[in-house]
Amino acid sequence: MQTQKPLEQAGHVPATAVEESAPVIALKHPVRNAIAVLIVVVAALAAIDVALNDRYHWDVVASYLFAPRILTGAVLTLVLTLVSMSVGISLGAVLAIMRLSENPILSMIARAYIWFFRGTPLLVQLIFWYNIAALYPVIALGLPFGGPSMVLGSANVLISPLGAALLGLSLNEAAYMAEIIRGGIGSVDRVQYDASKALGMSGSKLMRRIILPQAMRVVLPPTGNQVISMLKGTSLVSVLAISDLLYSAQIIYSENYQTIPLLIVASLWYLLMTTILSFFQEKLERHYGRGFDSVIKRKRSRKVRSA
Amino acid sequence: MSTAMVEAKGVRKSYGNLEILKGIDLRVEHGSVTCLIGPSGSGKTTFLRCINHLEKINAGRLYVDGSLVGYEERNGRLHEMRDKATAASRRASGMVFQRFNLFPHMTIMGNIIEAPIQVQGRPRKEIIAEAQVLLDRVGLGDRGRSYPQELSGGQQQRVAIARALAMKPKLMLFDEPTSALDPELVGEVLDVMKDLAEEGMSMVVVTHELAFARQVADHVIFMDQGVVVESGPPSQVLDDPQHERTKAFLSKVL
Ligand SMILES: Nc1ncnc2c1ncn2[C@@H]1O[C@H](COP(=O)(O)OP(=O)(O)OP(=O)(O)O)[C@@H](O)[C@H]1O
Ligand SMILES: [Mg+2]
Repeated sequence: MQTQKPLEQAGHVPATAVEESAPVIALKHPVRNAIAVLIVVVAALAAIDVALNDRYHWDVVASYLFAPRILTGAVLTLVLTLVSMSVGISLGAVLAIMRLSENPILSMIARAYIWFFRGTPLLVQLIFWYNIAALYPVIALGLPFGGPSMVLGSANVLISPLGAALLGLSLNEAAYMAEIIRGGIGSVDRVQYDASKALGMSGSKLMRRIILPQAMRVVLPPTGNQVISMLKGTSLVSVLAISDLLYSAQIIYSENYQTIPLLIVASLWYLLMTTILSFFQEKLERHYGRGFDSVIKRKRSRKVRSA
Repeated sequence: MSTAMVEAKGVRKSYGNLEILKGIDLRVEHGSVTCLIGPSGSGKTTFLRCINHLEKINAGRLYVDGSLVGYEERNGRLHEMRDKATAASRRASGMVFQRFNLFPHMTIMGNIIEAPIQVQGRPRKEIIAEAQVLLDRVGLGDRGRSYPQELSGGQQQRVAIARALAMKPKLMLFDEPTSALDPELVGEVLDVMKDLAEEGMSMVVVTHELAFARQVADHVIFMDQGVVVESGPPSQVLDDPQHERTKAFLSKVL
């Protein structure tokens, strides 16, 4: 009531010139600002301390940053991540659609897959694939030539350490991605199916053109997390004697005992790769966010500014 | 008897044990407008969705333009069609929903050309040109690059109508196309629908806009509790209802 009256008056009686031109004073946050300054100061001091501390051996860090072995490891880590994520996402999408299928058998198969691969340790899965030849010499019987010993040999070639690593990481990732994609598909309004069916669309086109692009908005943020944990998780493959980034650093410091500097080298590379991948994630999120509230707000505010 | 645009014979539909449609019989002639009125929960939406097989019927026969919807009749039995065939048979009808249901991730132009491109496989250029004509016709010729969220409800509904028309349907189904709109936006959507009716489009419209029904409809059907209670020209059903239930409903709506 109290606020209403002055408003009504303002409508009838013109406000004075002084009141109209009076500057707007933004709310001040002294305590918040003080805390922010304090944090900045502490962080800066810590950074200077780290930079000046000789025991970090920054010279060693610099000399190994572009060492061939480190670079090879970094490339391998990136390849492992990209290949495993690609296969994981594709297979995950298939599993998600199977899981949501009306066919109970398809749905059960997907459930069982997800249950198994999420329920057992990745390390065990990796070692399992690595040793698959030993566990299943039977596979060899399918090959057209030779006795058991020869066949065992070719099975080993078939699943090289790298092959085992890719297989293990991809199949494991697919189980997690299946659940993420299923959540995304579930988040799309049911009426979107009705609308596209009423227009004569059906099947995979409906899925690819209407449902999945809308699911992407929900799928992307957790997928970004998956990519980044995969990037670092690939270090697990060192058990298969594959020299990824971390393992390469470990090999080098086991020779020269410069543990901390080499771990810093590895971390810097992980940070760089994470930064680049996050950049792409943001681009994708913006792409698939088109037409939804958040992006419109951004556009509107831009328009207002230019107006 | 010539074939009707829509012909329903004893159409029944249940959800579990609950029977929603209890034997619907009706005929919609080519080029005519039929308005479906009735209290909430009477099965209007359900019936409309049966016409283009978004819902499967449990008994009876439903023909659109002379052919069965979603089923094939072989040796006196109905066989359900595969999804693809059902989708193809749906193309005879376009549907406009209460809540517009535009594709939020596509521009207005994208919304309109999507189905013709995906489904009809005609040249993209031709489809875009047609879409532009449709957009001009619903008064939104300059909004092709906007996203649905950037339009008002009335504008979105007009896009939804244009989107359905882009498939060149012979029959348009409207499910309360104006009841999600602010009162001042209702007129612009009804105007588009009136134009369509004048051009001779066959239409089935579920609506509470009795003035629209009176002005545009050739036929008004009053439904209650899953049956057709009364049907006839608007002057009869709306102005001189014979059944108590119709009278009671009309007195509440007016
Ligand atoms: N998918 C469903 N599962 C179970 N019951 C349903 C389903 N869809 C509709 N119903 C029920 O069917 C009945 C008729 O619904 P319908 O939507 O056809 O009514 P309507 O006449 O369109 O009503 P309104 O005017 O409120 O839109 C309602 O009682 C509703 O609860
Ligand atoms: Mg309804």
